[in-house]
Amino acid sequence: MVEPLQKPGRKNPLDRTRQQALPPAGRSRKGQLLTLAAAQGRFALQCCSECGLFCYPARDACPNCLSADLPLTDAPNGGTIVSETTVRVPTDVYFRERASWRIGIVKLDCGPEMVAHLHADCYDGERVRMSLQLDKSGQAVAFARPTEKTPNQADDRQWREMTATPKFRRALVTNGRTALGQAVAAALKAAGAEVYVGLADPWKPFPGEETLKRDHHVVPLDVADERSVQELAADLGGKIDILVNSTEHVRPGGLLDRRVTNAVKDEMDQHHFGFVHLAQAFGPAMRARGADGVNSAAAWVNVFSVYALANWAPFGTNSAAQAAALSLSHCLRGELRLGGVRVVNLFTGPLDTEWFQTVPPPKLAPKAVASAIVAALENGTEDVFVGDVAEDVRQRLLANPKALERDLNQRIS
Amino acid sequence: MTDNTAIAFATAIAQGSLRVVDLTFTLSPDMPVIVLPPEFGQSSPVRIQQISRYDENGPGWYWNNITVGEHTGTHFDAPVHWYTGKDLPNNAVDTLPVEHMIAPACVIDCSAQAAADPDFLLTRAFVEDWEKSHGRILAGHWVLLRTDWSKLGPRDFANLREDGAHTPGPDSNVMEWLVNERDILGFGTETIGTDAGQGSHFAPPHPAHHFLHGAGRYGLQCLRNLDQLPPTGAILITTPLKILNGSGSPLRVLGVAPS
Repeated sequence: MVEPLQKPGRKNPLDRTRQQALPPAGRSRKGQLLTLAAAQGRFALQCCSECGLFCYPARDACPNCLSADLPLTDAPNGGTIVSETTVRVPTDVYFRERASWRIGIVKLDCGPEMVAHLHADCYDGERVRMSLQLDKSGQAVAFARPTEKTPNQADDRQWREMTATPKFRRALVTNGRTALGQAVAAALKAAGAEVYVGLADPWKPFPGEETLKRDHHVVPLDVADERSVQELAADLGGKIDILVNSTEHVRPGGLLDRRVTNAVKDEMDQHHFGFVHLAQAFGPAMRARGADGVNSAAAWVNVFSVYALANWAPFGTNSAAQAAALSLSHCLRGELRLGGVRVVNLFTGPLDTEWFQTVPPPKLAPKAVASAIVAALENGTEDVFVGDVAEDVRQRLLANPKALERDLNQRIS
Repeated sequence: MTDNTAIAFATAIAQGSLRVVDLTFTLSPDMPVIVLPPEFGQSSPVRIQQISRYDENGPGWYWNNITVGEHTGTHFDAPVHWYTGKDLPNNAVDTLPVEHMIAPACVIDCSAQAAADPDFLLTRAFVEDWEKSHGRILAGHWVLLRTDWSKLGPRDFANLREDGAHTPGPDSNVMEWLVNERDILGFGTETIGTDAGQGSHFAPPHPAHHFLHGAGRYGLQCLRNLDQLPPTGAILITTPLKILNGSGSPLRVLGVAPS
């Protein structure tokens, strides 16, 4: 039985802000396969190509036939708890601070037994739904949840260590002027967050302005302006638990048909330097507040074009700006992890917005991206491909990156 | 020394018989910049990036890098800014005659009209009426349009609506007349441009730019404190940055008027 999460009161300013301790982070190279699966929200294990055996823990060779061909393979996520333990005095600092802590051994339907963190409503002998989650160290761990819906399931104390749920948290969405920013703000509010929305050039009117100002805290923020970002962080830096970098500055064009670099620079100013400004202004305070109670700093979310991964020539310079920011996100991920704050990257195909007007469907509704952000926070995923185009690019990158490159740059309209 | 007029001028300022009025907005990112349809190239907004402030990047000193467009903040328009002035000699901020940087100014008060109608247009009849009270506008003078627009907040200042900006300015006829019949040095406004907000719909479009720069004259915009200048008898000091082939420049505009 999980008690519903209570909205936290104001902090006692005399109390020290607790620092984030991290759970053990060591994993083998093969073990990182499970981190990949966890990052994408998949339940996958190594499976022997020769004899079909699912293996756990991660191995270099199949324990049945000694084949070295053990690719990561999506696995059935059902299992049964065969033993449970409540650890009351762990030696590890992270778990000691959070004791008591329940773990158990789960016999998977696909074969292996796994040591898993147990949801409070899972007991010895019961069926469970398994998932791989990223813990505060950013490494994969197994988690067992009830197969059925239970009251306040997402409020479970141990589960919340694996997620960054918006409930009772304070979120900053960087760009309220766009349909995407407005959809994200609305979705986060619906998920229980208090939402701050940044607005550059507040003297320029825009569609949706009244609703935005009625529903959220609209704050001045021009991500391309270092001072603007620093000034907002001076006010809000210690209060932002979830930062959604929804910056969207799309201009069509490759390299040769544009004679000036202004538009290219603008894209870098918004996407690359905007990221730098946000990270330097908000990152340190977020990293310091990863263990700051129910509304601790929890996640930094980036909305990227999937063409950050492979340049799409009709939007070639935009792809490059996206790639630059994507690279920064990996740097930030490493730095924020020390504070237990996760960096979530969403990859999208073209959005159904004005700057992709002439691009044929499928195009992604801003609301779909917003829903995906909330789902990623609630489920604790780290790399999310939203929509058919993004998923297509992901798969083709895995299959043959050279073929994808040819397809993406063969025709410039 | 007493017959040295330059020293006399400085003495008058030092002793307060002449007062210096700052007609300039602070160069800041909060100041609206001209907005063009997004498929056109855009002016950089004002950016101020710190290099160091007595910190690890420079323990004893504070300084910034700045980014501005030539047409940001209180700024000067040179003739080369517009196609009509592109072939004139000495048409850029680095080549224009320095004598033009100190010149007398007429201030036409339209603040009541602009308060009543954001699309107020200065007409030839209005200026002729003004001349009946203040005398004929002499050659080589600046004409400044006082609207008190500089006292508005950023949103009302830009006043953008679905059909564009709505801010006061001159009509086409008065600009042609001021340039050709009054031989003015330039035209200055408190608004974001020398032209009215709806000036792109005039004939010719943007008549202040068209006629001023086509005749080698200048523009000043985003002025303030024009209410502190007399209708006649003040001079303006307008020294744009000496930017290579620059089309304009942010600048400090000073008015000097009898106390």
